[in-house]
Amino acid sequence: MTIKTTADRPSLLTAVRNINLRAYGMIIALVSIMVLFQVLDVVMQNQNFITPRNLTNVILQNSYILILAIGMMLVIINGHIDLSVGSVLAFCGAVSAIALSDWGLPWYLAVLVAVGTGALIGVWQGFWIAFVRIPAFIVTLAGMLLFRGLTLKVLGAETVGTSGPYNDLASGYTIAGVDLQMPTLIIGIVGAAVYVALAVRSRSRQVKAGIAGSSQIAWLAKVIVLAAVIVVAAFTFYSYKGLPLIGWILLALVLIYTFIANRTVFGRHIYAGGGNEKAAMLSGVKTKQTSFWVFVNMGALAGLAGVIVTARLQAATPDAGNMFELHAIASSFIGGASMTGGVGTIIGAVIGGLVMGVMNQGMRVLGVATDTVQVVLGLVVLAAVFFDVWNKKRASGGPIVGTTPGGSGEAKRKTPGPDDSGPAGDKPKDKDPEPAAAD
Amino acid sequence: MSEDILRMRGITKRFPGVLALDGVDMRVKRASIHALVGENGAGKSTLMKILSGVYTHGDFEGEIELEGEPARFRNIRDSEESGVVIIHQELALVPELSIAENIYLGNEQTRRGVISWDTTNTKAAGLMDQVGLHEHPQTLVEKIGVGKQQLVEIAKALSKQVKLLILDEPTAALNDSDSENLLELLKQLRENGVTCIIISHKLGEVLAVADEITVLRDGQTIETLDTEGDAVTEDRLIKSMVGRDLEHLYPPHTPQIGETFFEVSDWTVYHPEHRDRVVVNNAAINVARGEIVGLAGLMGAGRTEFAMSVFGRSWGGSITGDVTLDGRRLKLNSVADAIKAGIAYATEDRKQYGLHLDYDLRENFTLPGLDKVSKQGVIDLHEVTSVAERLRGEFGVKAPSVYQLAGNLSGGNQQKIVLGKWVFTGPELLILDEPTRGIDVGAKYEIYELIHELVDQGKGVLMISSELPELLGMCDRIYAMSAGHITGQVDRENATQEELMRLMTLETASGGEELRQ
Repeated sequence: MTIKTTADRPSLLTAVRNINLRAYGMIIALVSIMVLFQVLDVVMQNQNFITPRNLTNVILQNSYILILAIGMMLVIINGHIDLSVGSVLAFCGAVSAIALSDWGLPWYLAVLVAVGTGALIGVWQGFWIAFVRIPAFIVTLAGMLLFRGLTLKVLGAETVGTSGPYNDLASGYTIAGVDLQMPTLIIGIVGAAVYVALAVRSRSRQVKAGIAGSSQIAWLAKVIVLAAVIVVAAFTFYSYKGLPLIGWILLALVLIYTFIANRTVFGRHIYAGGGNEKAAMLSGVKTKQTSFWVFVNMGALAGLAGVIVTARLQAATPDAGNMFELHAIASSFIGGASMTGGVGTIIGAVIGGLVMGVMNQGMRVLGVATDTVQVVLGLVVLAAVFFDVWNKKRASGGPIVGTTPGGSGEAKRKTPGPDDSGPAGDKPKDKDPEPAAAD
Repeated sequence: MSEDILRMRGITKRFPGVLALDGVDMRVKRASIHALVGENGAGKSTLMKILSGVYTHGDFEGEIELEGEPARFRNIRDSEESGVVIIHQELALVPELSIAENIYLGNEQTRRGVISWDTTNTKAAGLMDQVGLHEHPQTLVEKIGVGKQQLVEIAKALSKQVKLLILDEPTAALNDSDSENLLELLKQLRENGVTCIIISHKLGEVLAVADEITVLRDGQTIETLDTEGDAVTEDRLIKSMVGRDLEHLYPPHTPQIGETFFEVSDWTVYHPEHRDRVVVNNAAINVARGEIVGLAGLMGAGRTEFAMSVFGRSWGGSITGDVTLDGRRLKLNSVADAIKAGIAYATEDRKQYGLHLDYDLRENFTLPGLDKVSKQGVIDLHEVTSVAERLRGEFGVKAPSVYQLAGNLSGGNQQKIVLGKWVFTGPELLILDEPTRGIDVGAKYEIYELIHELVDQGKGVLMISSELPELLGMCDRIYAMSAGHITGQVDRENATQEELMRLMTLETASGGEELRQ
């Protein structure tokens, strides 16, 4: 099955061959899709797809989905789902618009009101999910209806316009009057340098301790490629108008949440609880509290996304954020989340969202009708998850399609009662130690 | 027609690395009650799984003859069509369906493809009458008690024209009067020509009801006793069940036992769902520094429940009692509290409750002790990797690197990770629940050595095991548990398998608690 050639000699080729498809598959997919649209655009319309303007638009048009996807990824990693984010977004956007326009609050307080409202909604939903143990699907399905209804109520079926610096959050290119075009290039180059420096420092510590996880060449390739991507991206945005304000917000969120997910105890507890809740609980992880805060966070991010949507439309509307929950969920799954929890990365969610955004933008530039766009995006979601399943089976060497465990035909077993009985439940009764203990 | 309904000859069954059954012979007389006894791990359940078609013909060696005809079952349905029905210890009923629906589940009474509820309920009522279950057929199974659920299972078996009924620990979850009813029913079935095989740990019950008893030990048939002809007593059975010498499976070790530092007293735990069921009843134990204390008991005795309830109330409801460590009374309301207090619990089910199989060694080693590699909630990833690397070496985990996923390792290596992750939390007392279950002999030896190292550092170990030789080989003192009670303790010098087995099967329902020594 595997081709063994000069696999023992480290070379760039073997490094490429050993690339972890799961880790880099989505980046490769994203780049391939962009190249595909570039080719199609050149062939069919004699123009470029990969232009600074188009890429900036992808960011502007998908920023709120990406913000939701970051929160959704953590929810899914923790083994839950949130169907309410679209409605919560609309409600928070409405409250924020009212705070800005009717109460006359300054823009930053209006933003704070939205984020705070979202967090409170997260407290409400997190309480039912984490402590009362009602499945997240149900709680957030209820929330989806509940907060859509409340949105209509506070808005009175009208739109509330917004103006001033509030709206710049979604589409501005300046911060505090400073134009962001030059800083985009400078920060991009500095950022790449900082990244390389950090990577070298961490690598040298690992090598010194003898615990480096990958080969030198693979590591080097990764660092060079990523540094190059940062510089190229910075230059691309620079050549249009610079990275828009919302791009900076997104960048900050990605960095902060990646740090939380990978480097904090809370972050690792989110993973541990989603990967094997009982084992995590028996390892001292407060799984309920962790889930609770994950939903509070999701609410706060939905509140922020509500601000961005409102600012972009320059008005809060009753039907804002319709179906956004599904786009955020799709982004997470395209980005490598697992339905059963415990797996996924923040950057994966963002790339998943960008794959959808680029496809959307690409097909629009080509003049593909909206209905077809939907069909294609649906298939993309399916294909991405199939790829993930396939990749997992490939790694474990099993067949791709349907395996039935054992084939013993044993009657389906079910233990009655809620799942709240602690990790052992009826454990001592249903264990079958005879074969295992016989050695 | 021959006198025997069943003959099994030379049944041999291998699992990877384990010989579970080694040439087992068994004959069962028609219309009799035949008991199958043996220690945990003797191969009883495996043998019954072979008989009922769970392990298909070809997966094992040997011959099965049912009513003089060779039987080759490809699945459970095959065996049921031949009249062999097994009722597992954990009942296979759907609680949300009615009694009648459960009886005819998979065998729905239909007319032209449409279920006839009249037929279903009428026929079910007839069967329920036969087993003495006086309920309405449309009552939901979740509304009736375990004893009656057991009767539903038997009615279901009768609906399949059962000739040979196998019951695995049928009375384990039942109270005395329900048990008695069930045993009476078995006798009645015998009158009607149904043969029963029962697997049971309750020897008194076995002697009362069985016509013949087959003893299994280490996957071999030891003997078949006739309760009429042979003078069979409980002692006689116990000797037959355990009779073997301790082998040199345990590393030499000179215990250095210090003062008692850990005590649990008046510990009572109720079942989290069946709130009136006492699972641990007024238990008390203590452990000294440098001491390995064993906890013996048969399945369902409440050992794991006891351990987990002590470990930050991770199991059970309405827990009462005191835990003290170094004279301090501990308030353990969560697992985090227990870890902070210096208690660790390595679960018996490492795959489900002990490890994150999809995560690598680094994550698994450091999860319970994350605060030791982090400052203000921020993890030092370099430290995580270094710690994992160190533990991998110290615990001899055979894995290519710390980036290896735990799920890809053998049982022995997984168990070493479980030990490592708990040792990293710096516990004073380690509760090890079946620390060597399902791992090979070599790895067992290494685990034993690691346990010795721990107690030599002055820690205390409470070791739960179903393998009596292991307890005798490792422990300085052994508590025995039966039906939620601590029924006694024995010193290393006085410990024998017979004595432990006696304490483990002691019936405490009368309320009499016998504490020896």
